[in-house]
Amino acid sequence: MTTATDSAPVLTVEGIRKSFGNKEILGGVDLSIRRGEIKVLIGPSGAGKSTLLQSINFLVMPDAGRICLEGRPVDPSDRKGLCLYRQQVGMIFQEFNLFDHLTALGNVEIGLVRVKKMKRSQARERAMAELERVGLGVHAHKYPAELSGGQKQRVSIARALALDPKVMLLDEPTSALDPELIGEVHAVIRDLGAAGMTMIMATHQIGFARALADEIIFMENGVVIEQGPPDKILDDADCERTREFCTKITELGGR
Amino acid sequence: MTGELGFIVNDLMPALMRGLWMSIRLIVPSAVLGFFLGVLAGSCRVYGVRALRWPADLYVALFRGFPLLVQLYIWYFGLPRIGIYLSPYVASVVGFSLCSGAYHSEYIRGALLSIKKGQLQAAQAVGMTRLQTILYVILPQAVRRALPGCGNEIIYLIKYSSLAYMVTCIELTGEGKIIASATFKYTEVFAVVGVIYLALVSVASWALGKIEDRLTIPGFEYHRA
Ligand SMILES: Nc1ncnc2c1ncn2[C@@H]1O[C@H](COP(=O)(O)OP(=O)(O)OP(=O)(O)O)[C@@H](O)[C@H]1O
Ligand SMILES: [Mg+2]
Repeated sequence: MTTATDSAPVLTVEGIRKSFGNKEILGGVDLSIRRGEIKVLIGPSGAGKSTLLQSINFLVMPDAGRICLEGRPVDPSDRKGLCLYRQQVGMIFQEFNLFDHLTALGNVEIGLVRVKKMKRSQARERAMAELERVGLGVHAHKYPAELSGGQKQRVSIARALALDPKVMLLDEPTSALDPELIGEVHAVIRDLGAAGMTMIMATHQIGFARALADEIIFMENGVVIEQGPPDKILDDADCERTREFCTKITELGGR
Repeated sequence: MTGELGFIVNDLMPALMRGLWMSIRLIVPSAVLGFFLGVLAGSCRVYGVRALRWPADLYVALFRGFPLLVQLYIWYFGLPRIGIYLSPYVASVVGFSLCSGAYHSEYIRGALLSIKKGQLQAAQAVGMTRLQTILYVILPQAVRRALPGCGNEIIYLIKYSSLAYMVTCIELTGEGKIIASATFKYTEVFAVVGVIYLALVSVASWALGKIEDRLTIPGFEYHRA
């Protein structure tokens, strides 16, 4: 666990709202995270965790609200600015979403070459270093179809890391994985946390959340119900609904 | 040499080889141009803004809807009415490319639609622009998926290239027709012409197979019978 020392927030989310049709999915979410902090989103299926994470880097366009990176508000209608912002916010998807036509190395390299306009040789070197960091140096030349789920997710983490993100958003990074592959991905995320990476992660893995999080945020029906230190939220929540959910999920997932 | 064999070797083959060369000069540029037109039109139809989408839709509707022969007549006999004169060769290549592009665009469009949304999201998430996403993530995958269909379209093109002689561009079929009319040896002439098309198609299938093999990567295999 890291302790946040920097007082100015890296990322702030203010009053994010989103409806699909006339169904409100996010009903005004506020959130702020300081450098090196790790916040974990929990909540029942359909609570809006994925929608919130996707709104933060505008893969879903919020209907209202404001997002600031290091104090500067992001204007999603400014295409250039949006691309620049997204480079600084790493996104990890539940389904990995590796580029299927590129090798592991190609996946990590492409952002450096096409987005950061780095020279190919330089990009290759950096990409290789990131793959080694997640323990996949030997698999650099394999295609996604030749990698296991756990390896794919680690490549996707390397792909995000190569762009030097200021924050990482992880949407249930291990829930598409077979149980025996979860550990290797958790290990990589734990190392990231130890290295001081700022992260917001949605997960149903309650034991992992407890070990990693500085703060746990419980969401339901598109709003934050309660947030606080892991032990407080998971064992001794103030809100009845939070207690109910946490009891159920700790029984299922263990500590 | 006399008799049938003499006729084939001395009279027929030189003319047919001349025709074959013209056919190849029609097919190769039309195949290449048609494919790129198809990629362009297909991309506009799926990812284009409105102002690109409807012209692309209209293009495909028209060029798949009009019989090819009618299109060739328009390019060759119709355009001079508005002061544009195309040679028989150019009119044919234009006609074949445009028609073939409309069909290619259907295969490309299907392949584009089959690319999962996650690929797009991941590209956006690393900060790619829309154009970069299409060029570097979507198209390389879609082209691989469209290749069997596009290859099939090129095989068709080889055969419909025979329509060029209707606008006086004398290619393989045209040369055959001239000799057959002069000698009344329709059966012999067109049997040989048919065999030459068969050879062309076989070579093209082999070459397309090679291209597919070159582009095949794990996860994008073709299951050819
Ligand atoms: N593109 C969309 N169009 C319509 N409804 C959507 C769309 N995306 C999400 N939803 C709806 O929004 C709600 C919240 O979805 P979301 O995926 O954010 O929940 P979640 O908290 O991530 O759940 P889970 O734990 O299952 O991943 C769900 O009811 C879902 O059906
Ligand atoms: Mg989700």
